[in-house]
Amino acid sequence: MEMHEYIPVDIFCRQHGVELAVISSLQSYGLIEILRVNEIEYVEQNHLAEAEKVVRLYSELNINPEGIDAIVNLLQRIKEMQSEIQFLKNRLNLYED
Amino acid sequence: MSFIDYYETLGINKNASEDDIKKAYRKLARKLHPDLNPNDKEAHSKFQKINEANEVLSDPEKRKKYDQYGEHWEHGEEYEQAQRANSRPRNTGEQSYAGDFDESNFSDFFASMFGGSSGGSSRAQVKYRGQDFNSELSITLEEAFTTHARTLKIQDKNIRITIPAGIENGQTIKLRGYGGKGVNGGPDGDLFIKFAISNASNMRRSGNDLYTTVDLDLYTAILGGEKTIETLSGKIKLKIKPETQNGTKSRLKGKGFPVYKKEGEFGDLFITYHVMVPTDLTDKQKELFIELQKLSQ
Repeated sequence: MEMHEYIPVDIFCRQHGVELAVISSLQSYGLIEILRVNEIEYVEQNHLAEAEKVVRLYSELNINPEGIDAIVNLLQRIKEMQSEIQFLKNRLNLYED
Repeated sequence: MSFIDYYETLGINKNASEDDIKKAYRKLARKLHPDLNPNDKEAHSKFQKINEANEVLSDPEKRKKYDQYGEHWEHGEEYEQAQRANSRPRNTGEQSYAGDFDESNFSDFFASMFGGSSGGSSRAQVKYRGQDFNSELSITLEEAFTTHARTLKIQDKNIRITIPAGIENGQTIKLRGYGGKGVNGGPDGDLFIKFAISNASNMRRSGNDLYTTVDLDLYTAILGGEKTIETLSGKIKLKIKPETQNGTKSRLKGKGFPVYKKEGEFGDLFITYHVMVPTDLTDKQKELFIELQKLSQ
């Protein structure tokens, strides 16, 4: 395991000024993925951006985990719809000259 | 540099209470926060403006200075001197939002009046992730056909990237850590590059497939033969079947566009034949066509 790819949760909390309990709560809603190795909890580098986004929504906009869950799902749908629009625009080019 | 009406930015009047300011700011922050408006430059810019307005109006000292000198900000220095005698450091404890917000992006107006970012408030110790940068890169369909390197200049920094063959029009790639610098030791932001693929060729692309129309002279269409066409990967010799109808479609497997990040995999090339009816016939040709007409009746 490449350790630099994993950020200990306590460092993550310190960095973002949030309590450990907040991370546990967000994890229980499936909003943050935590990896446990030798009794130490880590945030994977690959999931860092998503975890930071969730923490920002929680601490900066005072949105509760249920609200964040709904927002994350809606943002995912928007992203999918945007790629579908782009795909359709590209298809439309076939018929335009 | 022009005056910025922070009250207008937050949609409140000059008599607004601290609570009104907080409410107005939070309402707008929930609407414009960058995490809720990914890749929306306008929302990002508005978010920075409301952050700046809040930075000033939520701090009683800054608000007082702004109210007194706002429209005459050039006299801010005189105000500073007057205040220095009885000023005390204070910490409002007011919360501001970060969300990819780069503090260096406060307006010149703010910097002139309050001397730079957040003026030593409690925010100074908080670590913020750097701002994400968005960039658009135009390439041609021919360029998108092959994997190639390109050097971009982002914020006076040269960045060399490899563009994989098969990239789509509108596709965005992320370069981690190539965005704005993190604040107070926070991580750097990311760079998002959106590709705009222009197409001046006679090929049309849909996903990994290419579409083109090939003109056939009447004689080759009727009698069959060969036709060489230019494609993005070079010349191809087509075998034309006798009695090929106008609008006939043909599929050439594996002669389309490369599949993104799948080396050696290609889409298909779809050809539509367009039979050209001869014009400006000679007398002899007309005669022969009349003969043909009689034969087929």
